[in-house]
Amino acid sequence: MEQLLQHLVNGLVLGGTYALLGIGLTLIFGLMNVVNFAHGEFYTLGAYAAFAALALGGVDFVVAVLAAIGAGALLGALCERVLLRPLRAESIDTTMLVMIGVWIAMQNGELLVWGGVAKSIPHPFPTAPLVLGPVSIAPLRVFVLVLAAGLIAASYLLIHRTKLGRAMRATFQDRDTAALMGVRISRIHTATFAFGSALAAAAGALLGPVFLAYPSMGDLAALKAFCVVILGGLGNLPGATLGGLLLGIAEELGAGYVSSGYRDAVGFVIIILVLLLRPSGLFAREERIG
Amino acid sequence: MIRLARGLGALLALTLPFWLANPYFLHVVIMAGIFGVLALSLNLLLGYTGQLSLGHAAFFGIGAYTSALLTLRLEWSFWLALPGAVALTALAGWLIGRLALKLRGAYFVLVTISFAGVISLVSVNWMELTNGPLGLPGVPAPELGPWSLRAKSAYYYLVLAGVALSYLVCARLVGSRIGRAFLALRENEPLAESVGVDVTHYLVLAAVVSAGLAGLAGGLYAHYTRFVSPEVFLFTYTVTMVVMVVAGGKGTLAGPLVGALLFTALPEALRLATSWQWQMLAYGVLLVLLVFFLPRGIVPALAAWRARRAS
Repeated sequence: MEQLLQHLVNGLVLGGTYALLGIGLTLIFGLMNVVNFAHGEFYTLGAYAAFAALALGGVDFVVAVLAAIGAGALLGALCERVLLRPLRAESIDTTMLVMIGVWIAMQNGELLVWGGVAKSIPHPFPTAPLVLGPVSIAPLRVFVLVLAAGLIAASYLLIHRTKLGRAMRATFQDRDTAALMGVRISRIHTATFAFGSALAAAAGALLGPVFLAYPSMGDLAALKAFCVVILGGLGNLPGATLGGLLLGIAEELGAGYVSSGYRDAVGFVIIILVLLLRPSGLFAREERIG
Repeated sequence: MIRLARGLGALLALTLPFWLANPYFLHVVIMAGIFGVLALSLNLLLGYTGQLSLGHAAFFGIGAYTSALLTLRLEWSFWLALPGAVALTALAGWLIGRLALKLRGAYFVLVTISFAGVISLVSVNWMELTNGPLGLPGVPAPELGPWSLRAKSAYYYLVLAGVALSYLVCARLVGSRIGRAFLALRENEPLAESVGVDVTHYLVLAAVVSAGLAGLAGGLYAHYTRFVSPEVFLFTYTVTMVVMVVAGGKGTLAGPLVGALLFTALPEALRLATSWQWQMLAYGVLLVLLVFFLPRGIVPALAAWRARRAS
């Protein structure tokens, strides 16, 4: 029982960041119809941005996360503007190939800049765990969970309470009608890609200090993000949030009770099962955004 | 003109080891041949039926492991183990095809990636069968009667035969009624279905043949490098195949071979000039540039250029 509680708490911390990754990807995938294989690279970018800010800049941890978000948004906007906008009329396969190219280029660019050796990101929190009855949790992980929850809440507010969010929802529902109503589709696409990439970078900045930062860390993160999107349904924010938490907990339970060697197989198996049995996602009645 | 070029090409291919004595260059050509089989295999799905599989490294890996294990553990001859590897990967292709080909587009891609991910994790974790991350050393080189095909010049002919066989299989398939059904499905699936093309049947057939060819490439690779490890499942292999097919020209028979030759030789040339990371970086940039400037690939672009000059 105590062990189960401990697994659930660990799963929740992982799941919060998976949810961030998933929300970013589900927006890009759902709204722009782009299968963003470079999503994991923005996660890596976030981790390295946090490393640069903390280890080299010596700033506060929250500032480092903000720097990562800024870097993700900036590069995401650039990527959309230069590569995706000219290809908007092309098929989904074409943009997918371009994003595969971006993924390879970014990953090896990171390898060139930072080297192949995994970097441990310094953080200001004490390493002694907080003991709360039967479970113990590192202060860093508490901070990660709280910040992830805050960012998820901020994403909801952005989508549901702002003019930009309303324009994004309108574009998702019907691009042509939204354009007729005066929504600038190009700007919405740039904003969506920047926003999604920023969330991925935030997830990297949060999980980077928990684990390690290395150039290929984004590969599995991207697949987990896809897993979350598939669990939650395309463009479904609550679905992505729940899907992220579910995946995090399922991984922890799988690693704890089945075999730690197959921890990463959990996401793959979920993708296969959900797509074969219930392709619209676990929580979706229909595809929607918001 | 085209016939002359083809004849010269065939003569060149048949006599290559006699005038290309440098073992390093011969190695590059052998690897290009193995990748040529892989690219032909992926092209059957991506180019002719329009389904992008990003799990193709799984079939390559299954073929490599099967052939290696059959010769190492059961001491089968290479000449039995290789067809065995092809048969088992074709079976895997049938199984995965039956399940995954209900899906289309991005969802199909994700399921193929996931299958490859699971199989790769199995190869790392199933120590008793695969020896885990340490891999299987000492895969025997094939023997033909009293001769060993261990030398690069001899192995070259084996790979050449593999490429020729794969090319013939693809050419026969594509030129037949089946090939027309593939194209009909690629161009307009509902229309093809409405005139009686059995969608699942033909797509699964393409998956089976494609997987079998990838298994052939895996077997050829295993007995060439004589070592198999979970690295054969690396996603890099799949990406390389996709780049080769897209660059050469998907949906053409010559395209994958041109792509394979180019993208095996080019990284090697880049390697001489720069480091490995720069080479992979260049790969990514090149893929982006290709989609922008040569979206249909090299072979169709050349064909269009020749047609324009003739008219």
